[in-house]
Amino acid sequence: MKINLNVDVHHLTRVEGHGNIKVRVTNGKLTEARWDVVETPRFFEVMLKGKHYTTAGILTARICGICSIGHCLASVRATENAFGIVIPEAGAKLRLLAKHGETLQSHVLHLFFLAAPDFLGLPSAIPLKDLKPDAFALAARLKGLANRICDVVAGRTTHPVSIQVGGMARMPDKYLLLELKSQLETAIDDLSATVELFGTFEIPDFVRETEFVSLKGERSYPFIGGRMISTDGAEHAESDYRAMTNEYVTEDNTPKWCKLSRESFAVGALARLNNNYHRLHPKAKAVAVQFSLAPVCHNPLMNNVAQLVECVHVAYDSIRIIDELVDGGGGETMAPVTPRAGQGVGAVEVPRGILYHDYEYDDQGRIVRANCVIPTTQNNANIHHDLPALVRQFTVPGMTDEKLELLCSMLVRAYDPCVSCSVH
Amino acid sequence: MKHLGIEQNRPRIAVFDFTGCEGCELQLANKEGSLGAFLSAIEVVNFREVSSDRGDDYDVALIDGAISRPDEVARLKEIREQAKMLVAMGSCACFGGINRLKNAYDLDEANREVYGDYSKETMPTKAVGEVVTVDLQIPGCPVTKDEIERVVQHLVWDLPLPSYAYPVCLECKQRYTVCRFDVGELCLGPITRAGCNAPCPAGGLGCWGCRGPAEIPNYGEFFALAREKGFADQEINERLGFFGGFEDVLSMTASRESTHEDQP
Repeated sequence: MKINLNVDVHHLTRVEGHGNIKVRVTNGKLTEARWDVVETPRFFEVMLKGKHYTTAGILTARICGICSIGHCLASVRATENAFGIVIPEAGAKLRLLAKHGETLQSHVLHLFFLAAPDFLGLPSAIPLKDLKPDAFALAARLKGLANRICDVVAGRTTHPVSIQVGGMARMPDKYLLLELKSQLETAIDDLSATVELFGTFEIPDFVRETEFVSLKGERSYPFIGGRMISTDGAEHAESDYRAMTNEYVTEDNTPKWCKLSRESFAVGALARLNNNYHRLHPKAKAVAVQFSLAPVCHNPLMNNVAQLVECVHVAYDSIRIIDELVDGGGGETMAPVTPRAGQGVGAVEVPRGILYHDYEYDDQGRIVRANCVIPTTQNNANIHHDLPALVRQFTVPGMTDEKLELLCSMLVRAYDPCVSCSVH
Repeated sequence: MKHLGIEQNRPRIAVFDFTGCEGCELQLANKEGSLGAFLSAIEVVNFREVSSDRGDDYDVALIDGAISRPDEVARLKEIREQAKMLVAMGSCACFGGINRLKNAYDLDEANREVYGDYSKETMPTKAVGEVVTVDLQIPGCPVTKDEIERVVQHLVWDLPLPSYAYPVCLECKQRYTVCRFDVGELCLGPITRAGCNAPCPAGGLGCWGCRGPAEIPNYGEFFALAREKGFADQEINERLGFFGGFEDVLSMTASRESTHEDQP
């Protein structure tokens, strides 16, 4: 079979950051299939050196404009673990609520603005406002609510201010929390409409077996802290994250790569779901069932559906948290902070997967050494190894450069890569 | 699009990202209540993060991020050639932002520390205005969508651009926020350019000066206040240096200190 295909995407669109796809099939034989990240390095780990503990969360939030709350949470948790601080229960609940706001914001942004155009044959979501005004309004409402949650709880939608070492700087006014609750109840209907819309999309059928890594939900679906597990049976404590990530530097890419039991592994919504399916809210599980998404699912493009399932989960769980905060009267949100020399790790499930911050402090509360391991850093090798498998599967008569470019782009976009994050 | 029966100018806008978190670009998709109207008022010609359409016939270029690699310098100069109006969007583009903090370290050593034997190309971080001529600066980390909308209103209807003679401090008072100095915290609100509506002090954090200096900042009074409240010069200077917007006053304090030392 003489099939010749050529895909050369410079700076892939509709992803955060800069990455390139290169595929070449000559006479039906795959000769090249690469995912390369060319983002400019920023050297956050170096900039953190010498910084005071009150600065670390503010600085590292700027690693990512989309998951700044997740970075701030991982940062303050690493510091709290280094100082031996346990935050008050109300503070922990507020943090989870802020986390949920970010998860919803990021997933809705990805599903509607970055992923959906491929399924609808559009260059972007912008024409949707005229072509499908209901869908556009739906996306705007859901994203607006998610941003409002972040605003009320974390103080800002992007680059939070209320998440500080010791807990949360303030308890939001009760009336604002109740307002969020009533908007969340409306959002449940919006999410049903979203499920309906995504039910009409045809998700490419591609399977490559890999290893999925996430936090382990001991009592609930995991978001902040705890042990890590993988579908290949690896399990480690939060402080032992290096055994889970095994970062290494490659010659061609600015982010590092990671591996565990195989040549690559995946993190993100699909990994969380594969490892913690039984911890999902029943209504979220029902959406998974509707899409025949059951663990362990090895189709990376189903990450889109896993994100949708998580949107439903966080909406219901946010209502639960608000009820508890309002009924329980809130209470203290900050613990006293006394810096001490030591080292601490914070692991947080951010929208794109598990994120680790690891700091070592001197006795003045200044950072001596820092390390951050980003979800997309962990996914890059997996994307890179998915590509040849995808290309081989779709090297069939009738395949064109354009169709293959779309499939490859959809595969990379399904991971919702946060490229500038991965090159922090 | 007609408004009051008059054909509107629909600015052809492109958005380009350089070194940064792309959080400012994300703000363009925020303020969802007016997002539809915002997108109808402009023509998005090139915006890699949200669209696969890539045109080169834009008039206005919004630049997100700082410049920290030689290929970025070349790319930015090409954009300058094309754009009739070039806007530095956000603190990274306006001042270098937090990316500038790396300039205090030896970059070869930084490379070795992070990448070992496979060092990556980098250079000291520059603001957009240090590489090409900038027509308009919209600072903030991130920018506020309100201010972006006002720029669009300027382009479409020739309404005046926002200007802030007063500092963040005033916006705090308007919101009845308790002064961060009164709870024992350092705050750059007295000297920082307003226009953000002071969300940080309201959220429990003193201002970090992401918007850079107000039009006529009263530095003398600010330093006197901060010192009177017991803040050491090191802490004040670290705060002033964080987003890169107060480089001038930092060198002013440094030269003032050295002049003090020179005096008998």
